[in-house]
Amino acid sequence: MSGNEAIARGAYECGVRFAAGYPGTPSTEIMEAFAKYPGVYAEWSPNEKVAMEVGIGAALSGAKAMVVMKHVGVNVAADPLFTVSYTGTNGALVIVTADDPSLHSSQNEQDNRHYARFAKIPMLEPADSEEAKTFIQRAFELSEKFDTPVFLRTTTRVSHSKSVVTVANPSTYEDRTSIRFHADKFVMVPMNARKRRVAVEKRMRELQEFADEFPENRIEINRTDIGIITAGISYHYAKDVFPEYSYLKLGMVYPLPVKLIRKFAGQVRKVYVVEELDPFLEEQIRAMGIEATGKEIFPYTGEFDPGIIEEAITGRKSARSIPEIQIPPRPPNLCPGCPHRGLFYVLGKLKVFVTGDIGCYTLSFMKPLEGLHSCICMGASIGMAHGMSKALGEKGRGKVVGVIGDSTFLHSGITPLLDMAYNRSDAVIVICDNRTTAMTGMQEHPATGLTLQGEKATPVDIAALVKSLGIETVRIVDPYDLKDVRAVIKEELIRSGPSVVISRRSCVLFKRDQAARRKPFRIDPVKCIGCRLCLGLGCPPISWKKAASKPFGTTSETKNNRREGIAAIDRNLCAGCGLCAQLCKSKAITEEEGA
Amino acid sequence: MKEVQGILLAGVGGQGILLASDILCRVFMASGLDVKKSEVHGMAQRGGCVTSHVRFGRKVHSPLAKKKDIDILVSFEKMDTLRYLEYVKDEGQVIINMEEIYPPAINLGESPYPEDVTETVRRYFSEVTPIDAKALAARAGNNRAVNTVLLGSLSCFLNCSLLLWRKVLEDSFPEKLIAVNREAFRLGRDAMK
Repeated sequence: MSGNEAIARGAYECGVRFAAGYPGTPSTEIMEAFAKYPGVYAEWSPNEKVAMEVGIGAALSGAKAMVVMKHVGVNVAADPLFTVSYTGTNGALVIVTADDPSLHSSQNEQDNRHYARFAKIPMLEPADSEEAKTFIQRAFELSEKFDTPVFLRTTTRVSHSKSVVTVANPSTYEDRTSIRFHADKFVMVPMNARKRRVAVEKRMRELQEFADEFPENRIEINRTDIGIITAGISYHYAKDVFPEYSYLKLGMVYPLPVKLIRKFAGQVRKVYVVEELDPFLEEQIRAMGIEATGKEIFPYTGEFDPGIIEEAITGRKSARSIPEIQIPPRPPNLCPGCPHRGLFYVLGKLKVFVTGDIGCYTLSFMKPLEGLHSCICMGASIGMAHGMSKALGEKGRGKVVGVIGDSTFLHSGITPLLDMAYNRSDAVIVICDNRTTAMTGMQEHPATGLTLQGEKATPVDIAALVKSLGIETVRIVDPYDLKDVRAVIKEELIRSGPSVVISRRSCVLFKRDQAARRKPFRIDPVKCIGCRLCLGLGCPPISWKKAASKPFGTTSETKNNRREGIAAIDRNLCAGCGLCAQLCKSKAITEEEGA
Repeated sequence: MKEVQGILLAGVGGQGILLASDILCRVFMASGLDVKKSEVHGMAQRGGCVTSHVRFGRKVHSPLAKKKDIDILVSFEKMDTLRYLEYVKDEGQVIINMEEIYPPAINLGESPYPEDVTETVRRYFSEVTPIDAKALAARAGNNRAVNTVLLGSLSCFLNCSLLLWRKVLEDSFPEKLIAVNREAFRLGRDAMK
C-alpha cells in the first residue's frame, strides 16, 4: 500500500466518513482512495480554502472530518486554518499536508512543519505506510481529546512509497452529528477570540506534556556514543545506514516532548538531528540548551537518501568509480496531441508576455515553444497579467496575455478576473479548457459534470461565468486550429478592455472524452525541404534526421539536395492532431491513408 | 539471502514502469519478504524520466537505495541506462532494453543519440545484458508489453518461484491481456538463456 492509500484506509477504519480536498501531487491519491470506501462522503472542493471550510463545518456539527492538500495548498487554506485553531473542532478535524522536498512536482519546497508552530496546531509525521495508517488514527484521537485541529504531515517519499500494511476491520461507525450552538466558541469576534486565545495556549501546554507520554515518540537505545533525533522518512534512511546507533524517533513533530528529548540527550554522548528541509526540530532542541549537530553537516535543500546521511555523519565521500557521462536531459514534455501545444506555439510567436499558471501547460516555457514567461502559484496569472498591463500602460497594449487552466481558473482565477473586469485592463486572458484536472491525473472539477464519487453534477458554464463577472468579450477557439487561434488572439490583443479567449479541447489522455483514434501523420521524405518549421512544435514524435542518415537516399538529384536533413514522424507516437501539417509550407505532411 | 537487495527500474513516462514495479513488489510479498518501493509520479507522466526503487529482504528500512547499492538495474530505455550507473554495485547486473526514445534535444537535432551505450556500460560492469524488449513484446502480440518482457528477463536473476510470478501476473492484468503478458514474460525469460 502507498502512504496515501494507507492514510485513506486508516481514516476509514477509525470511523471517518467525511473528507474534502483539492488535487495536488503528492497528496491526490488520498482522496481518490478514500472516496471508494462504502458510506463515505468525499468531495473535490474548488480549492483548498473551501475544502478547509467544508471540513470545519463538518467538524463543528460533530463529524470526524479529514481535509487533504499538498503543501502549497495549505497557503491557500491558511486563513480559516489559523482561526479554527481558536474555535477548536467539536467533532474532529485532521488536515493532511503532503510536502514535496526536492520539488518533484511543485513550485517551491516549503516546510509545512512551520505551520504547526505558527497556527498552534499539533502535527504528526509518519515514516512509512504502516505508520501513515496508524498516525491518521492517532491524529483523530488527539483532535477529539484536545478539541484541536491536528496536522498529519507526509512527504513525497512517504506518500508515494509503497510498503507492507496490516489492515484491520473498520470500527463500527457511530453518527455523532447534530446541530450545536456554541457562540462563545464558534463566533470569533474580538471579545470571544481573546478568551479562546488563552485557551489555545493552555491546550498547547497540555499537548506538550502529552507529547512526553505519546507512545509514537520513542527511544531506541543501542550504541550510546551517537544518538540520532529524527522523524518521518529520515528515520528509515538513517536506520538503513546506521542500525547500530541510538534513536529518538519522533512521531509528533510539534509540540516537542521536552522531557523525553532531555532524557535521550542524557543517554547518548553526541546528538545528531536528522531532518529534511529546515532545522525545525534542531532549533527547538538547541533552544532547550541541548548541544546538537544538524544543518552544519546536512543539506537544507532537497530530499535525503541513506547515502546523504551516511556521508554527512561519517564525513566520507563515497568514491565515484564511474565518471559523469554526458547525455541529453529528458525533461517532461507536453504529450503528442496535447491541445496546449497549438495555443502555446501561437503565443510563443506573438512576442507577447505570457503570465502563466500551474498546469501541464507550464511546461511550454521550455524550448522550442517558449510560450509562457512566468509561473508563481495557482490563479496568479490573471492578477499578474492585469497588474503588468496596468503598470505598462500604453507600452503594454496588445502585449500582455495571461493563461490559466480550467480547473485552476475555478480554483482561484475567478476573483482576479473580477478585478480585471472591475478595474479594466487591456490584457487578454486565455483559459486553456481541457475539460479535466490533467496534471494530477484527470480529477473532476465543477465544470466536468461529475463529482469525485462519480455522481452527476451541474457543470458550470465557464463562458457564461466569465461574462457574468463583467467581461464583455468571450471567444471560444479550438487549439487544433492554428490559424483561428492566431487570428482570434490577435484581434483580442488589439481590442481595448479586458477579454477572455477559451481554448477548448479535451486533454488527449482523457479517455472519457476521446473520439475515435485519429490517423497518424507522415512526412513525405521527397517533399520535405528540411525547413525545421514543424520541429518548432516540440512534438515528441517529430524528429530531425541529418542528411547523412537519409533513410531513403534517393533525393540527391532533386532540388532538395542542399537541405541539411529532413524531419520524420514516429507513427507509433503520433496522435494525429495535424498541427505540423498546418505549419508545413511544402505540403510534405499528410494524414496516413487507411491507417 | 543477503539482508536487503535493491532493484532499480528506470525509463521514460508511459513505458509501464510503475505497473512493473507493482508486480515485482507483489511477487516479493507473496514470497514472504518485506518489501518497499519508491517512485515519483506527477510530472513524470509527460515524457520525463521515471524511476522506481524496489528493495526487499527480511526487514527493509529505506525505500530508496543509496548510490552503489543496487543489485539489478533494469533500464527500459537504452541511453537512460547511463543516468543510473552510479547506483549499481560493482558486481551488479544491468539489463538494457535497446529501445531508443528521443528527448527534445535529440528530436530538434541539437545533440545526437549517444552511440555505443552497451559498450560504455560494459567498461564498468561485467554483467550486462542487452535485450530488444519491444520486438519481443510485438512478437507476444502487444507493443506495450515491454514491461512484462523485462520482468521476464529480470525474473531469471531472482529466486522467486515461477508459479508465484504466474499467479501475480494473472492478478495484475484484465482477462483479455493475460495471454499476451504470459507470452511476453516467457519471451523475456528465454532471451536471458
